[in-house]
Amino acid sequence: MADITIIVNGTVHQLSVEPRKILADVLREDLGLTGTHLGCEHGVCGACTVIVDGDAVRSCLQFGVQADGASVTTIEGLSSADELTAVQQAMADHHGLQCGFCTPGMVVSITALLDANPDPDDQQIREGMSGNLCRCTGYQGILRAVRQAAEARST
Amino acid sequence: MKPAAFDYVLPSSVEEAVSALAGEGDRKVLAGGQSLIPVMAMRLVAFDELIDLRAIDELKRIEITDDSATVGAMVRQATAEQHQELCAAVPLLGQALAHVGHFQIRNRGTIGGSIAHADPAAELPAVALALNASMEVAGQSGRRTVTAADFFESTFTTALAENEILTSIRFPIWGPQSGFAVEEISRRHGDFAIVGTACGVRIDNGAIAAASIGLFGMGSTPLRAPDAEALLIGTNPGDVDLGAIGTTAVGDLEPTSDVHASSEYRKAVGANVVAQAVTRAIEEAQRG
Repeated sequence: MADITIIVNGTVHQLSVEPRKILADVLREDLGLTGTHLGCEHGVCGACTVIVDGDAVRSCLQFGVQADGASVTTIEGLSSADELTAVQQAMADHHGLQCGFCTPGMVVSITALLDANPDPDDQQIREGMSGNLCRCTGYQGILRAVRQAAEARST
Repeated sequence: MKPAAFDYVLPSSVEEAVSALAGEGDRKVLAGGQSLIPVMAMRLVAFDELIDLRAIDELKRIEITDDSATVGAMVRQATAEQHQELCAAVPLLGQALAHVGHFQIRNRGTIGGSIAHADPAAELPAVALALNASMEVAGQSGRRTVTAADFFESTFTTALAENEILTSIRFPIWGPQSGFAVEEISRRHGDFAIVGTACGVRIDNGAIAAASIGLFGMGSTPLRAPDAEALLIGTNPGDVDLGAIGTTAVGDLEPTSDVHASSEYRKAVGANVVAQAVTRAIEEAQRG
């Protein structure tokens, strides 16, 4: 076991984790933050996307021990309890989700995309979202949600 | 889909890492983990000890001189992509990085990790080969330099010995009147290429003075196209027969057929992507 200190959504946690435990499982099992979803567990689907030290990353492709000393933001940390972010509101407005399994990763990726590029064009949105797979609702609603969120955040 | 148990080591210097790598049992260095962790999760590989290079400052440096840019093996792909001075000095690297995975992958994936992994369909090994990059390598018996031409031996296999670590990659700078282009065909943005090319052209006194064509997805390693390069050199940019360049570049290659594409498809499309990339590289070189 390895001892790590990790800041998650602003709270400092000291944990003892197996080195082989991926960050997503540390978040879900040790911290009970089950909003981060695991789809493929090998870096293809993007459902487990979280923000580590400002970078959107796949939490299935990083071991918890590698996040020792890092600051992590999960889907639970993006908004306050009773208010949706512009990205979350846009996903609801445009039916950007159906079953919802991919949604946490989508919302985190959209947030990171717009943080880096507040006014992306269509090609940049499509490329930026190409690392997140949705298997039921299709992508048009999600793309419309990104456009609305970009506008809402700029006003 | 959970990796097998391993011991985790976090060395703070190259010497410590090399010494850890020389120990008993199956040991492996961990760079960005974007290729290694998936195969560990699928239990295709398992190690007694994983040696994480993330705390070694020497491996994260970017140094640019008049004639070369040296990129530490642990420089993240996203860091390199956003490093304006590096992308201006080695435009082919910056152009290729936009094709590597997705931005979430590039936020963790490293330059050295991709090159040491040596996937024959990956962009960065082909860029290293096309630019005649030098690989700086450290082992227990000291440090050495391996040229890109000698580095890539076969699929996922390089000239790195079991106890050696890739520490940095030195890319030559081509200077003014050079142009570069990366073209690839993949099913979706961010996927590995079915076939692709990374090209460079330099014009001097109105004629092509230097040409380099790197190919990926066309064999068990990244490849060069020396006959097509020879056709370009000495030619006036306006007289280049692009069709001949493309067909010559893939002429005697025998790419594999797999679930993604047949060998014939790879050759036919490969000739076209080379022609397109050379066109763009020449246009960029002519702009100065």
